[in-house]
Amino acid sequence: MPDTNLLSVRDLKIEATSYPPGEQPKRITIVDGVSFDLQKGKVLGLIGESGAGKSTIGLSALAYGRGGAEITGGEVKLDGTDILKLGKGGIRKLRGARICYVAQSAAAAFNPAHRLGDQVIEATVKHGLMSKQEARRRALYLFQVLGLPSPESFGDRFPHQVSGGQLQRAMTAMALCSNPDLIVFDEPTTALDVTTQIDVLAAIKQAIEETDTAALYITHDLAVVAQISDDIMVLRHGKTVEYGPVQQIIETPTQDYTRALVNVRQTAREEAADQSNPLLKVDNVSAEYSNGFKVLHGVSLHLCKGQTLAIVGESGSGKSTLARVITGLLPPSEGKITFEGKPLTPALKNRPRDDLRRIQLIYQMADTAMNPRQTVREIIGRPLTFYYGLRGAKKTARVKELLEQIEMGNGFIDRYPAELSGGQKQRVAIARALAAKPELILCDEPTSALDPLVAEGILKLLMKLQEEQQLSYVFITHDIAIVKAIADSVAVMHRGRLVRFGPKSQTLSPPFDDYTDLLLKSVPEMELGWLEKVLATRRMESAGN
Amino acid sequence: MSNSAEAGGTPARSLRERFPLLTLIFERFLLSLLLLFAVSVLIFAGVEALPGDFASTYLGQSATPETIANIRAELGLDRPVVTRYFDWLGGVVQGDFGTSWASRNSVSEQVGKRLGNSLFLASFAAIIAVPLAIGLGMLSVHFRDRMPDKIINVISLAAISLPEFFIGYLLILYFAVNFGIATFPATVYEGMGFLERIQTIALPTATLVLVVLAHMMRMTRAAILSVMSSAYMETAELKGLSSWRAIVKHAAPNALAPIINVVALNLAYLVVGVVVVEVVFVYPGMGQYMVDAVTVRDMPVVQACGLIFAAVYILLNMVADILAIVANPRLRHPR
Amino acid sequence: MRLREIPITAWIGLFGIALAIFCALFAPLIAPYGETEVVGGVWQVADGQFFFGLDNLGRDILSRLIYGTRTTLFVALAATVISFSLGIILSFIAAVSGGVIDTVFSRFNDLMMSIPTLIFALVVLAVLPQYLFVLILVMAVLDSTRVYRLGRAVALDVAVMEFVEAAKLRGEGKIWIIFREILPNTLSPLLAEFGLRFAFAILFLSTLSFLGLGIQPPTADWGGMVKDNKDGIIFGIPAALVPGSAIAALCICVNLVVDWLLKRTSSLKGGRGDA
Repeated sequence: MPDTNLLSVRDLKIEATSYPPGEQPKRITIVDGVSFDLQKGKVLGLIGESGAGKSTIGLSALAYGRGGAEITGGEVKLDGTDILKLGKGGIRKLRGARICYVAQSAAAAFNPAHRLGDQVIEATVKHGLMSKQEARRRALYLFQVLGLPSPESFGDRFPHQVSGGQLQRAMTAMALCSNPDLIVFDEPTTALDVTTQIDVLAAIKQAIEETDTAALYITHDLAVVAQISDDIMVLRHGKTVEYGPVQQIIETPTQDYTRALVNVRQTAREEAADQSNPLLKVDNVSAEYSNGFKVLHGVSLHLCKGQTLAIVGESGSGKSTLARVITGLLPPSEGKITFEGKPLTPALKNRPRDDLRRIQLIYQMADTAMNPRQTVREIIGRPLTFYYGLRGAKKTARVKELLEQIEMGNGFIDRYPAELSGGQKQRVAIARALAAKPELILCDEPTSALDPLVAEGILKLLMKLQEEQQLSYVFITHDIAIVKAIADSVAVMHRGRLVRFGPKSQTLSPPFDDYTDLLLKSVPEMELGWLEKVLATRRMESAGN
Repeated sequence: MSNSAEAGGTPARSLRERFPLLTLIFERFLLSLLLLFAVSVLIFAGVEALPGDFASTYLGQSATPETIANIRAELGLDRPVVTRYFDWLGGVVQGDFGTSWASRNSVSEQVGKRLGNSLFLASFAAIIAVPLAIGLGMLSVHFRDRMPDKIINVISLAAISLPEFFIGYLLILYFAVNFGIATFPATVYEGMGFLERIQTIALPTATLVLVVLAHMMRMTRAAILSVMSSAYMETAELKGLSSWRAIVKHAAPNALAPIINVVALNLAYLVVGVVVVEVVFVYPGMGQYMVDAVTVRDMPVVQACGLIFAAVYILLNMVADILAIVANPRLRHPR
Repeated sequence: MRLREIPITAWIGLFGIALAIFCALFAPLIAPYGETEVVGGVWQVADGQFFFGLDNLGRDILSRLIYGTRTTLFVALAATVISFSLGIILSFIAAVSGGVIDTVFSRFNDLMMSIPTLIFALVVLAVLPQYLFVLILVMAVLDSTRVYRLGRAVALDVAVMEFVEAAKLRGEGKIWIIFREILPNTLSPLLAEFGLRFAFAILFLSTLSFLGLGIQPPTADWGGMVKDNKDGIIFGIPAALVPGSAIAALCICVNLVVDWLLKRTSSLKGGRGDA
């Protein structure tokens, strides 16, 4: 019965032309044979890894192809009319009126030259749906529903004058202003911190319910989409993997891929019992930028040999800065760092080569961490030459040995980074660190740019290497699930201060301090109704106060 | 990110935080003054420190130690460098550039007459070139990667490769000599009627326009393209706005600052182009004056002209930066 | 890279440059007459014997054009090579060192750039003796300010990349970082810039010669030839336009190649490295 469907997509095919350097241009298929239905007032979650084509599908509901993507097959019916056949004028009447879009980065999507209020009501007024006064009243109402501060004057501000979370809510208000039938949310909370995300998520959910708008909600986080959707479609490589009601997908997934997404990281590790003999000791360390801005305030913690210390915090908490201080890139302004009982030279340039060798760093983005003009052989081989003077056949043999250790074959030895997948690049980066035979490896969010299954593989590799070679890790992350899986001890950081530190079992158990409590409660859990539960607790707490 | 947010919360709100726009403009102004001062030192010192004694150059074959000493005293070259610099600078500030070694006339008098002529020529060229360049740039963006854009691209690429004097003589040969519809040389004099004056400078103006047009147009195109590819332009499209409204309301205010920059940069280029064009068309302006002075090593004139050209250049760049600062909403509406 | 992927415009450019180099190398063999040899009447019109006619002193324009290629190419190339080496080395040192060195270099560069190049050249050439090496050095130093600015921007883009930081963490020295990590990643834009600067050097040299401050007579060079023959224009004699066209043609050729290089650079983005 297609008549009851607000949006009905059939056999959608989207292609684009790519221009690989030095090769003939080729057609690539981004989305292939995707079909779904959406009823009025319902929410469909589109979930998948980056490159799964989920944003492209979302934009097809506005008959829009981003960056040269073209819809080359299938139909997109809104109330029974194929919007792909409407022509420019027809589709323009729908956009901003009946179908609206919320972008991932509201900061870029708002025009910096105009006030937020004017931008929120612009489409509604220009489409002749409301008078300017009516639209302003509607905007005020939406600002209130979305919980924006001082809603009366919020619209007078410019985009750069409000925070990222507020901008994302303003963007939602802009989408809701015209009373649309359908809104496409394109990863609206991905760029936000986890404690901000929950507020925006709650605001969006409430606003959707209150206005009875249908939505396509695009995200890579299954736990997020489980809180807000009625149905879920799992996508991979532009094709549908599984499509069904949210409860079925979360509780009884039928496909291996979906199951993997749901069960990611349920392999917890027992923490080490003895944590008394530190390899690395950070003692009351403070640091500031050259402009005098203080980024670390008296941080003290330690890590034992062969163990993993996880440092958790949101962006701006100083967790990456701490790693930079340990490496010597940013010498501490106060305090000292000891390694194997001996103090480390504060600044990188004065540090003996052997100290540099013993502490290695793995970056979040393997792409930028490797010289694109060097082959895998050169990348892994350089530390061998630099620290151990290996050359020629000996060097090649050792590089091959390292490639074995990271579970990649010899065939990769003469490839350039651009010829590797994201996971392979990160493995090569690990091999480069291993080549120095370090004692400590600082891992700065090494898995957060990777797709969940690939990330899982990297984590397992790191654990295996730790057992084989007695490596110690400082593992920086914002993902509590990873902390639970791999850490021996945990440090929680917030605004440059250490909030909590100790063995994992102790740090992640009550009684909590306020910040850790908020952080732990804000992490979406793969559980239906989790958002409501948290919000209810919050209401009770605020009522209790 | 959180860095600046937290830094904003520091207790003492300085002047900079309360009036970021005014502070920035003032700073930019001070910087220009400083630059101008440094340039004056550079020009003066450059002339001083470099080898070659002017007195002997000046006298040529007839130089004897005695006459050289006389001439040095007469030109004031026997006093210490620092004294002479401040004398010179003091004069410059009051509009006195000293006396020409070659003609023994007041430099300021000549400069007064010729600067007006040069500015007239340059601004007349600018009035034509700026709207034309921006218009062509917009046209090019509108037809991006289609035929008109490609044609404009090839022609402008050729145009930036042509030396000014080549364009100038080509125009003279065709329009003044062969067709006889323009005048050459472009001699202007005081008391000349406005229309007559414009007719006289038609060819030099055309040359300057052609020289500066291609550069300005290519840069305008790049500036607009970068604005058009930003996320808020996609938002405008996904709001169902007409492309006209999207361009006027959303692209234009943001393209303003980069375009102002492009225009100023090219106006500065115009200032230099004027030198060659004046020589080609025998136009009585600053460029002609300076080139003649360089040929006979008439240093007071060279210094004066160099300083004035540099000052105009610095001034234009300052105006561009200040306009760009004013056009930035982040600075107009601080947090 | 296959030859077939080079667009036709770039082929035209490459051919033009090759022709100029050929003329410069074998000038005495190709030129029908000597560089300063008077072979006929003043401004004698072109005929079968004198392809472009004769100049203001009765010298063969074609021969002088061919000899002029030598001077013009040599001076422009020498100036560009020096200016490039100077600009790149200083800018990379500034970008890698940062701090005081960067500030001092960059502020001084700003100062140099606040005087228009031609004006600066006029002031300096008014003072300095007229030798060829002086001319080349003046052109090189003035132009190196532009190279410095681009070089610093490009190097900074690369220097903040994590693989450079990784090299610093390994303990690598400045030389390794500049030549092994940064330089290979900046070659394409720098090559294009070299072309642009070379085209500019040809124009600049021609302009200086035209103003009488560049190459001194009787040596043939294209800008000087325009100056020699400019008075003929009023009588409808296009002798000055021949060397003018040569300058324009060579610059167009260089720019065509640069345009192609720049397009290749931008299409490389998203390919190897920047993906």
